[in-house]
Amino acid sequence: MFLKGAILKGRYYDSITLMSVAKELRNLEGVEEILIVMGTQQNKLILKSLDMYINEFDEARDNELLIAVKTSNEKLCDEVISKAQDLLSTRTIERKEEHKYEPKSLDSALKILPNSNIALISVPGQFAAYEAMNALRKGLHVMIFSDNVPFEKAYEIKKYGREKGLLVMGPGCGTAIINGAPLGFANVINRGDIGIVSSGGTGLQEVCCIITNMGGGISQAIGTGGDDVKKHFEGMSFITGLEALIEDNDTKVIVLISKPPDLEVLEKIGEVIKKSKKPIIGAFLGVEKEIIKNYGAIPAQNLEEAALLAISYSKGIPWSFFLEKIKETENMLMEKAKIVSKTFTDEQKFFRGLFQGGTLAYENQVILKNFVKTLYSNVPLKSNIKLENPWFSKEHTVIDFGDEFFTVGRLHPQLNYELRNQRILSEARDKSVAIIYLDIVIGFGTNPDPKSELLPVLLEIKKTSNVLIIITITGTDKDPQNKKDLIESFKNLGIEVFERNATASKFAGYILKFIGG
Amino acid sequence: MDIKELFKSEIQVINIGLNNFKESLDRAGFKSVNVDWSPPEGGDIEILELLEKFETIKTKIDVYKANEEAVNRVLFSKPKLVGMAKAIDVIPGMKKNMILHAGPPITWERMCGPMKGAIFGAIFFEGLAKNEREAEEMIKNGEIEFSPCHNHQAVGPMAGVISPNMSVYIVENETYGNKAFSPLNDEGVVKSLRMGAYTPEVIERLKWMEQNFYPAIDKAIRYLGSIDLKAIIAQALHMGDEGHSRHKASTSLLFRILAPAIVKTTKDSCLAEQILKSIDVNDFTFLNLSMAAAKVSLDAARNIYGSTMVVAMARNGVEFGIQISGLGDEWFTAKAEIPTNALYFGKFTKEVANPDIGDSSITETYGLGAFALACSPTFIQFVKGTVNDAIYKTQMMYEITLKENNVYQIPFLNFRGTPTGIDIKLVLEKGIVPFIDTAIAHKEPNIGIIGAGFAQAPFEVFKKAMTAYIQRYSYI
Repeated sequence: MFLKGAILKGRYYDSITLMSVAKELRNLEGVEEILIVMGTQQNKLILKSLDMYINEFDEARDNELLIAVKTSNEKLCDEVISKAQDLLSTRTIERKEEHKYEPKSLDSALKILPNSNIALISVPGQFAAYEAMNALRKGLHVMIFSDNVPFEKAYEIKKYGREKGLLVMGPGCGTAIINGAPLGFANVINRGDIGIVSSGGTGLQEVCCIITNMGGGISQAIGTGGDDVKKHFEGMSFITGLEALIEDNDTKVIVLISKPPDLEVLEKIGEVIKKSKKPIIGAFLGVEKEIIKNYGAIPAQNLEEAALLAISYSKGIPWSFFLEKIKETENMLMEKAKIVSKTFTDEQKFFRGLFQGGTLAYENQVILKNFVKTLYSNVPLKSNIKLENPWFSKEHTVIDFGDEFFTVGRLHPQLNYELRNQRILSEARDKSVAIIYLDIVIGFGTNPDPKSELLPVLLEIKKTSNVLIIITITGTDKDPQNKKDLIESFKNLGIEVFERNATASKFAGYILKFIGG
Repeated sequence: MDIKELFKSEIQVINIGLNNFKESLDRAGFKSVNVDWSPPEGGDIEILELLEKFETIKTKIDVYKANEEAVNRVLFSKPKLVGMAKAIDVIPGMKKNMILHAGPPITWERMCGPMKGAIFGAIFFEGLAKNEREAEEMIKNGEIEFSPCHNHQAVGPMAGVISPNMSVYIVENETYGNKAFSPLNDEGVVKSLRMGAYTPEVIERLKWMEQNFYPAIDKAIRYLGSIDLKAIIAQALHMGDEGHSRHKASTSLLFRILAPAIVKTTKDSCLAEQILKSIDVNDFTFLNLSMAAAKVSLDAARNIYGSTMVVAMARNGVEFGIQISGLGDEWFTAKAEIPTNALYFGKFTKEVANPDIGDSSITETYGLGAFALACSPTFIQFVKGTVNDAIYKTQMMYEITLKENNVYQIPFLNFRGTPTGIDIKLVLEKGIVPFIDTAIAHKEPNIGIIGAGFAQAPFEVFKKAMTAYIQRYSYI
């Protein structure tokens, strides 16, 4: 294998352009890996960890572009690098020739749409902070999709927003649906009287979708980003969102979703919950039921339960009805698991969950904990073990590809399936693996065609491996990707498809129990 | 709008970043607008720090008001051509042994080929030396003093050379009373002094202009009283000029005003014919007036406490420089680039081109030239551009300017005013630098113009200016 690199100066490309160029070149015969990233310190570390670093990169500055190529022979390396440069430059020219004028800043955009009320920001972290502050000063609410916003800046932004009574969603907020408007990764939902605040994006999507699929409706879905509920951010966005929903006349039931917040923050959230007369469902995954109850909230053990509880309160259907249903489903899952567990070889013992969605990965661990002793993960529950090297799985493993470790210099896994696809193939080669578990999150903003992204990989596995594939699809029937067709195509391959992560996780859990993993 | 109200309002989104988020909103039927975002200068973090410091200064100084004052002074200036005179008699600070040049200050050793050529030409014109060796000797002995035109209320295209006995236009600002000066345009042939040529024909033509053209025009202007340059420029923009690289309309309008007066005041009818013909064949006659009009208007906006508006952009063929209203006469400079988006004549290529040169970028500083390019589809053809390109360039300039002009209008953009008053803060924030229409000189003297096209102001000068601004005003 040969590794070569190049540094390009004085050009900015958005990550979609970089991704599409890299993707095009990665498909060439003989190309093992190609990475095109900005020359930030962080990206350099990533390149090092992937063995894609060359010494020349030491010289590169933050705003310079690094191309690293690994191929089967040296000549091909040079060819790919020069091709990458060609592709990048033609892409800019194309764009320039169009010469369709778009405003270059928030201020100029406001001249075009003077009644704008939300700024949706997805530019690199440091710049996102500047744009967000500018938007808040202009009186707009903001959603910051971007990660890597420096802590002090993020704090300043959240504090400013809170003082001015403006909603600051993020940084690192993937999903929100305000008045039905999809912001970031979001689904086409029913409008209704259930309001949600969530620190996790996919968790928010999962609950929105279950509610919609069950015939319930959402008033507002507010995302805050995962860091918001950590000690240093004091849950500022979370509490602002919660207070707004308590005051909102169109919201009857409130759902709160989060991985365990820091205790001080949970305390603060609890104080607000206590003051509310509306039913509030607390899905703080991994937090003791009793703690949640003490604040006057209704505890939910997982996302599915949170959604069902919300519908129960929204529609006035007794909870016992849903409990019955859940029990029925579990029995059915167990029976099915018994049958499936007989199809594995003696070697096949382990579970590999490869997730696009962080909260889904977390919910999956919460459920599997009831079935297996130890789980490894790059985003472990307290009781689980952190993987030393996220590139390699160990026994039962849950990987969240949305974690920063994987996303720096890459597009979010909901958009770019490539990294996970590679991982699926390597997991399938491992003879000790029994189950490969995948989530697919559909809706606006995400990959428009998950079928053609994933199907070829799964077809390939089916030819050579006995591994069981379980897929859970988070989405609604009205989402732009055709959910029904998606389910059909996977089922035709003999894949187990579910529409709720909790159900799918329980199914996997029973199988693991039966094969004694 | 508080959150309660937000929940009751129609959601309208400004999307900064990933385009597909806007597409989602489109599909879901919500109003949104995309910002074509790119990081300042490819992602320079120092810029962000400067901008943040600037926000702090803004809490102490009313920058908005200062800029309002500065740009209004430009807009309300009334440049009028009132006469002509010898440079030595009217230009402030002009000396018998002084030669003015374009752009920020520069020493003889560092000057580029065309500027050196033009200075030789000026020395020959003044009769100070007979050949290059003698001329160079004088310069090296310190007998000639160099100074930028801009430091003397003057502007000159390309090399911008003005020597004591050359005649200059006098343009007066009726509103604020200040004056500006510019030399005669010696265009018409490929070889010209301003392009760095100093062959005997060039000197001969200069002499002819001094002895015949200047007295005749001076008499005609004084007979007319004054000529309203702003009115001419405003009309010319409607007629396909952009006020920097195309002057066919403005020169024609000037011709219509001058012709009867010249016939009236020049006794010798053969001479009158010669003078009128020399205007007729030189489309660039009006360039020097357009520049002086710009200069006199921008000078009125100098030294306004706290203003971040650019009052001059100029190049000496080696460096590009800008001056800022709130920062006095200090120049902020960076290396001048060779224009890449350009048409080179015949066998010439950019390998033999001189880097960007001339005070003529004062027209862009004033809201003309590339800033008014949408007025001039004919000029854009010159670099094989499309009408769309021209409109696009002008639209980009609105992003970095304080106001739309109250007099200069663009028919293609529904008569919007031209973008006027470059703000260094906006340049830094958006990473957009001013476009400049430009001619290109050969890097060796005596060859002349070899092409024309577009240049861009280097981003660095704006960064330097903002750094200085923050230093200057953070002690308040």
